[in-house]
Amino acid sequence: MRDTFIRILEDIAKEDQNLILITGDLGFGVLKNYWDTYPEQFINAGIAEQNMTGLAAGMAIEGKTVFTYSIGNFPTIRCLEQIRNDAAYHNANVKVVAVGGGFAYGSLGMSHHATEDIAIMRALPNVTVLAPGDIKETEEAVKAIYKWPGTCYLRLGRGGGKPIHEGAIDFKIGKAIKLLEGETVAIFSTGEILEEAKKGATLLNNMGVSTGLFSFPTVKPIDYETIIQSANNVDLIITVEEHNIIGGFGSAVAEVLAGVQGNHAQLIRIGLDDKYSSIVGSQEYLRDCYGISAQQIVDKVINTLKSRYSINGTKEDMHYYNGIFNHESICDLEPRGTK
Amino acid sequence: MNSEELAWKIKRHGVDMTHISKGSHIGAILSVADIIAVLYSDILNYDPKNPNDDKRDRVILSKGHAGAALYAALAECGFFDVAELKTHYANGSRLSGHISHKGVPGVEFSTGSLGHGLSVGAGMALAAKKDNKAHRVYVILGDGECDEGSIWEAALFANHFKLFNLTVIIDHNKMQSLTFCEDTISKSPFADKWRAFGWNVIEVDGHNHSSLKESLQINSQNKKEQEAPTCIIAHTIKGKGISFMENNILWHYRTPQGEEYEAALRELEAIKPCEILS
Repeated sequence: MRDTFIRILEDIAKEDQNLILITGDLGFGVLKNYWDTYPEQFINAGIAEQNMTGLAAGMAIEGKTVFTYSIGNFPTIRCLEQIRNDAAYHNANVKVVAVGGGFAYGSLGMSHHATEDIAIMRALPNVTVLAPGDIKETEEAVKAIYKWPGTCYLRLGRGGGKPIHEGAIDFKIGKAIKLLEGETVAIFSTGEILEEAKKGATLLNNMGVSTGLFSFPTVKPIDYETIIQSANNVDLIITVEEHNIIGGFGSAVAEVLAGVQGNHAQLIRIGLDDKYSSIVGSQEYLRDCYGISAQQIVDKVINTLKSRYSINGTKEDMHYYNGIFNHESICDLEPRGTK
Repeated sequence: MNSEELAWKIKRHGVDMTHISKGSHIGAILSVADIIAVLYSDILNYDPKNPNDDKRDRVILSKGHAGAALYAALAECGFFDVAELKTHYANGSRLSGHISHKGVPGVEFSTGSLGHGLSVGAGMALAAKKDNKAHRVYVILGDGECDEGSIWEAALFANHFKLFNLTVIIDHNKMQSLTFCEDTISKSPFADKWRAFGWNVIEVDGHNHSSLKESLQINSQNKKEQEAPTCIIAHTIKGKGISFMENNILWHYRTPQGEEYEAALRELEAIKPCEILS
């Protein structure tokens, strides 16, 4: 994702001399080509994120489009008030880019785990929040925020990354992207955890649970339409994020559903259980530790459907669920209504 | 209007505004009034009829709590109606206690949380330098504000990038919120710190208009691409001009009411420049 980001930014820099990239002294190797090619459009502000963000706002107010770049929490939480007061309040064209969302830098320790950034950034008025799910979304997201007026936050994952989408994507800020159709479950994913969400959705479909999958590269503004449509069409919506369970993407979806009248799908949010990680490990290892891996998404869906059935089940329900399940954990389920 | 007249009017408005609103920070308003007056009378290039003119000099009042002084100067210089100053702090007013640019012609940037203005000013100066624009950027800091680490981040940056078109003016009244700066977090030797950060440092009496004017004029001729930014340390007195407010920390927050308000007005009348007709 990081490599895709800088490749696209170089393309934009070539066309627009008012594009400025400021790094907080990070991006060794990665930013070199940009730096060499567009030295007048590159600033290393040093290890001083508050100043980096304030000066980005100042340059943006003077007509520049300024991308600030650093790792995880450094360009966001470290300089939160500069983003709020200097960039967002002034509607400055500052695009805050964090590489290493979630556990991408898992082995580096909690300082480098970015797991509250979405919640914090989306709480700021005038800030558009994006967390692309793969390199295709990243490419489109960089182009989109460049053109999008005002302050944006772009949360990226690892350096490389791979495409999760097959084929071209229809990318618009504020719109989710459908990957799979499904009638019973809809998985909503934001950010790089999309790869786990897709694995989980595939496993569920293989078990016979009709599961749709949507990537939400934009967390704010959230795609009301997709959420409400799914809420009316499926039994269960699962949100997946590599982020704390409080305040992030799942909360954004919950806020939409809270305003929907009548019967609609149940919402289950998957994310970190309001914890910091004091252990380290690879991204995959930590995802598994904290319950956000593909298998844990599957287990959560199965257990939720199971419990819905055991609480509300009727013979018709049992028939229905037995029809959609081909999963051993559900086979011996006795519906409460039949006892 | 000359700078002495403007300074007096800023002080008079400041006392009235904090009286009407029962607001704070009259000490800081009186402290910075002469600096702002000299800037707007003698130094800055601006057009109140075209407040966003690209050629204008930029001013950021980083010590946003003294915003009433800037609002008063802007109103007196024709950016908006002087009568609006009475709405400072009021319900629905655009003139917030800490300076805000929203809907207020002439205010370049909103502040209030300390330690923000210098970075933003550095960004504006760097943008102007890159685009070969001739205007200057002036950032007014408080001395207490220099407790903030972000000031020193920006100070390093502005020197490294040789922002010759950036001028900091420090309202050095030696007091901050609770007590004297030196009894809070010592920044001595203050001027040497700025020098050590690579800045051109000029120390002046911040209430002497000809000294202020001279230092700012010398500075505005500084157009050499490789020159460092300039820091004018203006030695001031918190509460300047009203005897019982001067150097009295009480007047950081206290609002002039009753007999104190009347006494403040009497003292200001006594120092009214002869050019101002009642």
